[in-house]
Amino acid sequence: MTAFRILFLITFSVALLLAPIGQSNYIIYILCSWLIFSISAMGLNLTLGYAGQISLAQAAFMGIGAYVTALLTMAGVHWLVAVFCSISATFLIGLALGYPALRVQHHFLAFVTLAFNALVFLVLRNEEWLTGGSLGLVGIPRPVFGPFDTMKQLPFYYFTVVCFLVTAGAMAWMLRSPWGRAFKALRENPIRANSLGLNTTRMTLLAFAIGSSMAGLAGALQAPLVQFIEPGSFTLILSLKILLMVIVGGSGYFFGPILGAALVVLLPEMLRFTDGYYLIIYALLVLVVMIFSPQGLLGLGRKLLIAMKPRKERGDLKQGAQL
Amino acid sequence: MAELLQILISGLSSGAIYALAAVGFTLLWQASQTINFAQGEFVMLPAFFVLAGMTLFGLPLWAAILTAFVLSIVILGAMFKKLVVEPMLPHGTMPLVIATIALGLLMKESVKEFYSAQGQPFPSLFPQHVMDFFGASVSVQDLCNLAVAFAAIIALQLFLQRTRTGRAMQATAQDPRVAEILGVDVKRMVMYTFLINGALAAIASILISPVYLAKFSNGETLGMIAFIAAIVGGFNQIRGALVGGLLIGVLDNLAAVYISAEYRTAIPLILLIVIIMVRPQGIMGTSEGRTV
Repeated sequence: MTAFRILFLITFSVALLLAPIGQSNYIIYILCSWLIFSISAMGLNLTLGYAGQISLAQAAFMGIGAYVTALLTMAGVHWLVAVFCSISATFLIGLALGYPALRVQHHFLAFVTLAFNALVFLVLRNEEWLTGGSLGLVGIPRPVFGPFDTMKQLPFYYFTVVCFLVTAGAMAWMLRSPWGRAFKALRENPIRANSLGLNTTRMTLLAFAIGSSMAGLAGALQAPLVQFIEPGSFTLILSLKILLMVIVGGSGYFFGPILGAALVVLLPEMLRFTDGYYLIIYALLVLVVMIFSPQGLLGLGRKLLIAMKPRKERGDLKQGAQL
Repeated sequence: MAELLQILISGLSSGAIYALAAVGFTLLWQASQTINFAQGEFVMLPAFFVLAGMTLFGLPLWAAILTAFVLSIVILGAMFKKLVVEPMLPHGTMPLVIATIALGLLMKESVKEFYSAQGQPFPSLFPQHVMDFFGASVSVQDLCNLAVAFAAIIALQLFLQRTRTGRAMQATAQDPRVAEILGVDVKRMVMYTFLINGALAAIASILISPVYLAKFSNGETLGMIAFIAAIVGGFNQIRGALVGGLLIGVLDNLAAVYISAEYRTAIPLILLIVIIMVRPQGIMGTSEGRTV
């Protein structure tokens, strides 16, 4: 880790702590929303940026996480227990869904998850006895930790920051562990990873399941933040938005999804003056980013950086990586 | 029995239209590994070309349809290929998938903002009355839709198999490198595929819009169904997409009557998951060589 990186991390954490001070409740709500979507997008980044699989069910997993937490906390269970259930449920469903899809062909996970997202929406809407149907669930309590009550917006923000930092830390730790190295090997060169004795299917499945469980965590935070959930908030459109966060930010970069989530969550606020044209401008921006920099914004930044100070690359290493 | 026949015919009729979209989807995949997530919007848009031609420029229906047809081929075929697909192809499938998602959103929102957010009635090309057919009441419109969609697919199949250009296109789809060595102009063949997709989308749009009103959000369901039809039938076969489309049309109608209206849309999704688990190459498909 370079000195620059440490400095950046410290500045980022301090900025996170100072950001909400003196802001209105609405701004704090937007910040919370950004952190929550960052968690979800980081999960998808694991699936997409590291294991190279498109998942279009990230919103469905967020929905499952949100409904599990909402139902449990409304029944009086503590949030800590509920979030554990949310994460385990989404992890197991991820395994069950990914196993048949990854067994066959690589782009099939995208199709299966697409169908799964639509199915989850139907179940959430139709099973009224459990999920409240299209009216959703209202009045989800916010967690209380002893003397620390997150009912007010500012304490809830700090609670979200803690969850975010813990998740980001766990993710960074995992990426440096043998698993993380295996994920990276998958991304860089799956054939070589396979020949070195990695079970590529199993590692991909694991990356997908962990990525899904992070969406479960994000959902478990979303439910107490909004205190109201309905099936319409977890449709395919949201999955596509999370996918855009990862890609536009830069998939495969640790900070890519965080930047992407900031753009996708904050851009509507910034483009508010354009009224209904917001989505049109947004779609155009994405198209332009994709055409000019398929690696996303961080990829573009890196490209510019390399262009500014040309470094000599070791040709033999590059050749070796392609073997 | 009469009821079943009725359901079958209306199912086949919508299924044939789904098949048009699914065939286009398959063609693009074969020719350039493009997974077009905007396919549903491609079918939604031409109807609005027709409506705009009629209301804004006062064209008669036939002229408006002709203009829409040409516009679809130019915009959804040539421009899509040149401006979106071509610059992104060297970077692999992923950026292109995102770009088509964004393109779909762009098309949908543009229609909503610049034309109308409400469903628009669309003039029907065929008589509306209902015929008696072995006790089942069958609408003439359904039969005509079925006939036109089938005619389009048969014409396409004949073109691909009987003409030199068609065979060159097939060669390109199978192996662009070998095709190039054998003297096929690969770039032009890929371009033809995109033009054909634009034309198929226009036909599907003009057939389906009188049934379901022309609405900006039509693409969501249509795209999903085309997608599922292509995979269920077999991703690398045109007749697979046809079978998939028909099957989904019929199943959808059967499910609405005999199972539950609430879970009607779930049937194609479940079918998709089952097919991927049991027969991943699709009903008609042959398994592709697996790239490790």
